Amino acid sequence: MNFKLQRENFRSKKISAKEATQEAIDKAKKDKFNIFINHFENEALLKAEHIDNNFDEFKDLSLSGIPIAHKDIFCTKNITTTCGSKMLENFVPPYESTVTKNCNAAGSIMIAKTNMDEFAMGSSNETSFFGPVSNPWGKDLVPGGSSGGSAACVAANITSISTGTDTGGSIRQPAALCGVTGMKPTYGLVSRWGMIAFCSSMDQAGPFAKDAFGCAALLDAMASYDIKDSTCSKRKEICFEKSLNKNFGNLKIGVIKNIDNLGINKDILNAYENSKIVLQGLGHQLSEIDFSELSSGICSYYVIAPAECSSNLSRFDGIKFGYRSKDQKDISNLYMQTRSEGFGDEVKKRILIGTHVLSAGFYDAYYLKAQKVRRIIKNKFEEIFKEVDLIFMPTTLDQAFEKNRESSDPNRMYKEDLLTIPANLAGLPAISFPNGLKNNLPTGGQLIANYFGEDLLLNITNKIQEVTDWHKMIP
Amino acid sequence: MAQNDTLIKGWQPVIGLEVHVQILTNTKLFSPAKNKFGEDANTLVDLIDMGLPGVLPVLNEGAVKQGIKFGLATSAKIAKTMIFDRKNYFYPDLPKGYQITQLHFPIVKDGVVDIGDKKIRIHQAHLEEDAGKSMHDQYDAKSVIDLNRSGIPLLEIVSEPDIRSAPEAVNYLKKIHQIITYLDISDGNMSQGSMRCDANVSIMRPDAKEFGTRAEIKNINSFKFVEKAINYEIKRQIKVLEGGETVEQETRLYDSTKDETRSMRTKEFANDYRYFPCPDLVPTNISEDLIEEVRKSMDELPEEKERRFKKEYKLDDYEAKVLCSEKSTANFFEEVCKITDPTLSAKWIIGEVNALINKHDITLDDSKITSDNFSSLITKIKDETISGKIAKEVLEEIWNTGKDPEKIIKSKGLEQISDEGELESIAQSVLDNNSSQVEAYKSGKDKLFGYFVGQVMKKTQGKANPASINEILKRLLNS
Repeated sequence: MNFKLQRENFRSKKISAKEATQEAIDKAKKDKFNIFINHFENEALLKAEHIDNNFDEFKDLSLSGIPIAHKDIFCTKNITTTCGSKMLENFVPPYESTVTKNCNAAGSIMIAKTNMDEFAMGSSNETSFFGPVSNPWGKDLVPGGSSGGSAACVAANITSISTGTDTGGSIRQPAALCGVTGMKPTYGLVSRWGMIAFCSSMDQAGPFAKDAFGCAALLDAMASYDIKDSTCSKRKEICFEKSLNKNFGNLKIGVIKNIDNLGINKDILNAYENSKIVLQGLGHQLSEIDFSELSSGICSYYVIAPAECSSNLSRFDGIKFGYRSKDQKDISNLYMQTRSEGFGDEVKKRILIGTHVLSAGFYDAYYLKAQKVRRIIKNKFEEIFKEVDLIFMPTTLDQAFEKNRESSDPNRMYKEDLLTIPANLAGLPAISFPNGLKNNLPTGGQLIANYFGEDLLLNITNKIQEVTDWHKMIP
Repeated sequence: MAQNDTLIKGWQPVIGLEVHVQILTNTKLFSPAKNKFGEDANTLVDLIDMGLPGVLPVLNEGAVKQGIKFGLATSAKIAKTMIFDRKNYFYPDLPKGYQITQLHFPIVKDGVVDIGDKKIRIHQAHLEEDAGKSMHDQYDAKSVIDLNRSGIPLLEIVSEPDIRSAPEAVNYLKKIHQIITYLDISDGNMSQGSMRCDANVSIMRPDAKEFGTRAEIKNINSFKFVEKAINYEIKRQIKVLEGGETVEQETRLYDSTKDETRSMRTKEFANDYRYFPCPDLVPTNISEDLIEEVRKSMDELPEEKERRFKKEYKLDDYEAKVLCSEKSTANFFEEVCKITDPTLSAKWIIGEVNALINKHDITLDDSKITSDNFSSLITKIKDETISGKIAKEVLEEIWNTGKDPEKIIKSKGLEQISDEGELESIAQSVLDNNSSQVEAYKSGKDKLFGYFVGQVMKKTQGKANPASINEILKRLLNS
């Protein structure tokens, strides 16, 4: 489903918001991929009706009359928000996240909340308490994670746009595996208020759509300066949709030297080479860059992210909200049993790692060192962006893989984030776009820009999509 | 070396204090909930104070300004950039499972406090949030939590181990109390918990190169208990060391009913707080402009006030010091001076009013004495409507009832008798009834003059104007 067409249909009154919403709901209810955690049929139809009845008020908004699905990590007022965890199975927040509030205000209609890895920890959407999500390209395949439900929702043509969050690749990797476009903006562009924290210094919400156009329109709605998030950037707002038509001229695009040494699958490299030719065809110049620090990112990430998560998840203690273990006689047993029963294995694993790396005697060796590596990577990016306008590389090492691979090789799963993590460590914006099918499955190409270069990323991706049809492939 | 009178049985106590002060602000340190004491449980609680998922802290600039004030008042370094850290531990009244505090980059560093005969260095003062309050005695078999206190801004003031005795610790604490109340950083109310103190105590031989192992006594909530707890702890440690054992590094609690400290937690059970920079808050820069703005808005410090009082009201050192020891007293004095005589007011506040305050153990602000009724009393003394002796009686009555002195004097018929004729006839009758004493006086026993004055006062129930009596008696006796 194409966002642009869907919005034109609404604006020209060809299809009402209610019709579009009903269609999305019907498809969502027939979902065979376990994409959703909760559906909101009545609320959605009421909102759609309201939009139709007040057409003039809504018609020019960036998401006017568009059904949307939100990752279940965004708190929605008076609507269950689970974060994919048993811990929050029945949690109903009394507040609305800035992201969903902005999307509501921009005229979109939330039809459902999407499945995800528990607390956004995972790269295959298998850690969800609500069961794994299947990839619309193959029922036995994973959609990627942690925003697997949101990526699958767009890939399966249920909605034209959806929201996700990306801490180490959780938007870009599922986008690549499901053959859709997904973007992680600059850290601080989108408010984190009401978005359940995993690793606060890297978490960033972003859009999914079939193409750059949909992502631009959704990002226009999502991004806003928010006084409630101290890490939110106070910058002049640009309209990303409009910037799609801008001419940025001929760019210098950095490509990683010796990329074959990183363990990337041959088919992906093959697709990547094709895209390089497209970029050159668009008049851009490719320039090899030395980025040997790239692979250290993963070590830094898997120290810092668990460290922050061990602290962020301390609030789930059974005292105030969320799951509480029954019949515990004293406080320490209540804590232990609540957390043992309420969290899944992956979450527990990361809390343990995080607690360890922050503890006395290990802090310097792990946490501090990881922060130093993070600084080195950030500095390296800064150096690179003095030379080039964008960096281009594949999004993932592999195409969508089969479920249950984790159990045989847990480290392989962490390594899956190798190419996406560096942008999170540095806080840079990055986009993943469909890069052509191999073995009848999608591949993803990734562009990384300098801080607040979202307009450039969307513009170039849009230009690629004007001359290719990779983003039009459907399962 | 000068004589060291802080040694106890040849041991040198070494003390450092950590003082937690609740800062006066409109709202909490990181949330828009009101910062107030004494409201119904859980009525001053925002999403942020409950630690709900996805909510984020936003720093209150008002609290930062209070921290800057304290730094300026103690000649400290104020951070150009301060960083908040998370201190992680589980407790039911700590909703997030961590406290946001400042470890390595606090708002204030390297200050100094003058406690009269010596200076105590301040290692640092940092901003942090208070926890909620657990209550275990409200319901049977249930503990309940009040989160009104959760997120209230605290300034934790950490001294260097420069204190050498319990009285010195109290002096230091009183000085801190004076600074924070003078500058309206805090109301300093120890019984309500707006000022709490932890004491680190160790002992050593005077010639030892290193400090002894310290014990930390937690949560002491009055000046008196600080002195007692430290003294108990010093004695305990002396006994331990002289018994050939070693002092353990541990956290202890002071039990004021038994007047002893008890072990709460030894080092091996100490929490590992896993401090790390709070990623939800960016490093905060404090600009010179902000510091200047605070400096300009700052109230007078005690020393400045003392200097001004001496000059403006012609007080001596002692008077100025006593009147300025508490801001409320100094303000009261200035209010009174707007209406009546400063010298006489100072004398009466320092003497009689303070005596009442000490006797009843309440503050001037909480008493029934107001600048209005007190200045009216002073005016009555000044214009000789009542004598000093009667004035004490009236003051007690004001203290008890808050009544207007004019009414008290009228209703009790306490006006001074200054009528010459009336006094003369009273004096004459005293002399007539004491003819033998008059004889003795006249033969040179001068001291008897006071006896006659006393007799007149007795007859008038103290209402006679002393100056007139003196004059009349002299005239009658010499005639």
